[in-house]
Amino acid sequence: MATKGEAVVTERSTMVTVSAEVAGQEGDPRSGQISMRCDDVAVKFNGRTAIRDVNFDIPKNKVTALIGPSGSGKTTLLRAMNRLHDLTKGAVVSGSIRLGDTDIYKGGIPATLLRTRVGMVFQRPNPFPTMSIYDNVVSGLRFNGIRNRAVLQEAAESALIAAALWDSVSNRMKAHASTLSGGEQQRLCIARALAVEPEVLLMDEPTSSLDPISMRLIEELLDELKSRVTIIIVTHNMQQAARVSDLCAFFLMGNDRAGEQIEVAPTKKLFSEPDDPRTLDYIQGRFG
Amino acid sequence: MPEVPTSPSVAMSNPLLTENSKSFSVKSDWAHWSVLYGASGLFALICAVFLISIIVSSIPAWHHSGLSIIYGRVWSQGSNSFGALPIIAGTLATTAIALFFAIPIGIGSALAIVHVVPGRLRVFLSSLVELLAAVPSVVYGLWGLLVLAPWFEHTVEPDLANITGHRFPFQAPPEGVSLLLAGCVLFIMILPMIVALSRDAISIVAHDQFEGALSVGATKWQVIRKVVLPGARNGIVGAVTLATARALGETVAVAMVIGLNPLFPPSLFATASTLASTIALQFQDATPLQVAALGALALILMTMTAVVNWFGRRLVRGLAFRVGVI
Amino acid sequence: MTTGVIEGLPPDPILERREMVQRVARKTLDRRILVSKGMIGLCGIALLVGLVPLFAILYSLVAKGVHWWSLDFFTKTPQFPSLLDPNQIGGISNAIVGSLVIDGIAALFAIPIGIVAGLFLAESTSKFASLLRTTAEIMTGLPSILLGIFAYQMIVIGFDQWGIKLPGIGFSGIAGSFAIGILMIPIIMKASETALRGVPNTIREAGLALGARRGVVARRVIIPTAAPGLITAVLLAFSRAVGETAPILWVIGASTVVAWNPKKEMASMPLQIFQSATSPYVSLREEAWGIALLLVVVVLIVNLGSRLFAAWLQRERR
Repeated sequence: MATKGEAVVTERSTMVTVSAEVAGQEGDPRSGQISMRCDDVAVKFNGRTAIRDVNFDIPKNKVTALIGPSGSGKTTLLRAMNRLHDLTKGAVVSGSIRLGDTDIYKGGIPATLLRTRVGMVFQRPNPFPTMSIYDNVVSGLRFNGIRNRAVLQEAAESALIAAALWDSVSNRMKAHASTLSGGEQQRLCIARALAVEPEVLLMDEPTSSLDPISMRLIEELLDELKSRVTIIIVTHNMQQAARVSDLCAFFLMGNDRAGEQIEVAPTKKLFSEPDDPRTLDYIQGRFG
Repeated sequence: MPEVPTSPSVAMSNPLLTENSKSFSVKSDWAHWSVLYGASGLFALICAVFLISIIVSSIPAWHHSGLSIIYGRVWSQGSNSFGALPIIAGTLATTAIALFFAIPIGIGSALAIVHVVPGRLRVFLSSLVELLAAVPSVVYGLWGLLVLAPWFEHTVEPDLANITGHRFPFQAPPEGVSLLLAGCVLFIMILPMIVALSRDAISIVAHDQFEGALSVGATKWQVIRKVVLPGARNGIVGAVTLATARALGETVAVAMVIGLNPLFPPSLFATASTLASTIALQFQDATPLQVAALGALALILMTMTAVVNWFGRRLVRGLAFRVGVI
Repeated sequence: MTTGVIEGLPPDPILERREMVQRVARKTLDRRILVSKGMIGLCGIALLVGLVPLFAILYSLVAKGVHWWSLDFFTKTPQFPSLLDPNQIGGISNAIVGSLVIDGIAALFAIPIGIVAGLFLAESTSKFASLLRTTAEIMTGLPSILLGIFAYQMIVIGFDQWGIKLPGIGFSGIAGSFAIGILMIPIIMKASETALRGVPNTIREAGLALGARRGVVARRVIIPTAAPGLITAVLLAFSRAVGETAPILWVIGASTVVAWNPKKEMASMPLQIFQSATSPYVSLREEAWGIALLLVVVVLIVNLGSRLFAAWLQRERR
């Protein structure tokens, strides 16, 4: 896999590549290890392109934000990253999306297994309403065949602490998930995703259906979660992208009504001196 | 129409008046409410008379036989002996046979329609199932009698008997028209109803919960088993309950294929009888006392189905009312 | 740059758990995928198994029924097979007319009562309304033979208890209409309640805010808005009623001549199927397929037509 002067570093069992082009540039989040890499990624639904020409690296243990107006294909790209499009008839993902050095589409890894390594949090909180809080958190572990009670208990506690939910639910783990507030439900979903210890956490507008205080809580959470997982977040809210992300990828709908990648840059740079005039237009609120 | 000040009773019965009377004045409308109460009252009256009529019509039979109508083991019209226990047993047995097949096949089909077959076929199958639920039961009975009965007599029942070594409950000589045939006809009849109602319940379980489970590494079946089925549980149990009520009370389709034999069926291949089919087939030429005995059967049947139905309704209340199906 | 295990430090519990989850997930993956494919395959098989008898019924209906359809079949009255001509069976015009009259009269009184009572259920929150709703729900699920007994008691032999005396009018079409109509009312009630509740409250309040009476709002705004749902409700209830056999089994008398007068004995299609199918003559038994096909075609046309019509009306409105 090592081509074009990329260094290959072994970290325990997974292979991680470092992009040489940006390595060493001061303050660029891409100077560290790379977690996922998109090469010429395009997603088509029944022949109609939803997003194309996606080429960028996602730095490990950083927050990468995907921004852009509606229809620019950010959510489509995000869902391609843990193969949720597999369920949709007529959806085709081309190009390559790699996790470490595994191409997630070309026979590298079964979708079920991939999703334990790349977790996802959805736009609306979707805890399983028929399960208790505890059962929700450990559901991923149980699906994957882990039955040991001590292990489950420990993982649940760790995930709930990481999702800043432990203090408020530790004494009512048997209560139904539906008894939680909207913000708590979303944090429960984060804990559920964290419990299987994924390497990457995809978040699809995780705060768009929440009140400002819950949104604040989750934004603060992201900063702490960075050390544990690589985060990719889709957001409509540019302030949020500016607040939480290290790297920002901007997408627009092209003339053919397909989304395309316009610019990828460290968040500070993208919001202060973007290379592309269209990026400037968007962040100054001229469209979208 | 004269305008009358809002009366307290009308205001109580009407959410808009009580909630919004402060924001704007609502004119009361006696004519409107009297028409509404008139029609509703008429329906309530009909139901009350219906209930009374069934009870009253059975009184002579209770006088004649007492509670032995319920536990007596001999039903013979000729000798005015009215013990309905074998008939009640036949009713329960046919329903049990129908449910034995209809529950797994119905729920499996509903899951397949929602989560396996592709979009266009799904729409086609859903409409087909609803149309089949509307096919009159006498047509199912006709098919059972003219197509299924000969096949059961010459193929299904002899083969079953041979495979099982003629052991209980497969031992009697095959007759075609039998307890087993009635159960199977009922199964085919209630299947569209179970499929249509459970399909509704299953498709109500939100898609984002499905994706939520997938995204933590569940296989499709694990999602169905742990998230979809628990989420749809009430609707599915409700569907099965309503289908049970339908099977208990089905009249002509069963009357055509059960052979009407008011004895405990010694075998699945033996003729038997159910409450509804007994009422249907013995009504003609019945003396007043015999009519009363059939009224007693009707009362037993009504109690059974009303209770089962009431439970079922409570469970499917969240789902839209389906005229074609229920 | 190089990360990894640094000697001497305790192992990271998160990395350990990550490895453990991956190890177990990988180990159980094949079995889980096999179970998943197997169970989903079983669901598919259940669907196929369920469809076989249903298609078989439709096939039998068409294959054995359609050749009976002739002008005589629709216009003549039944002839009983004789020794001279065991195949003479005539037609079923009496049953067609009987069904039309019986179900027509039933619809005539069931539709207004059902819709108005449905409006009551949708508009009222009184105890009486919720009791009535439960009653209607239970009534829709009761075996229809019970309504046959009711019609027999009330209309055929009449009522004579506690000094109340209502003369019976004997076996008649009207007795059948009575049973079928009572069968239809709760179905129409519940379905129109659903349709009427679908009208957004804002529309209701807009009318009331203009100072209109509730009755006017109901007639001019709510009922027209809910019309597609109401029409579907009525037609679906009708399609159910047309096929009912049990309630009319012992009340309409089963005449073999064409009768338009509802006070006379009548025939009806579902009843004719029942009687022909259980008759000793082979030719009559086979003819039942012809009637059954006609009945199913009518039921399906009404059923399908109501859905298409409601969908069309909904589209036109937008």
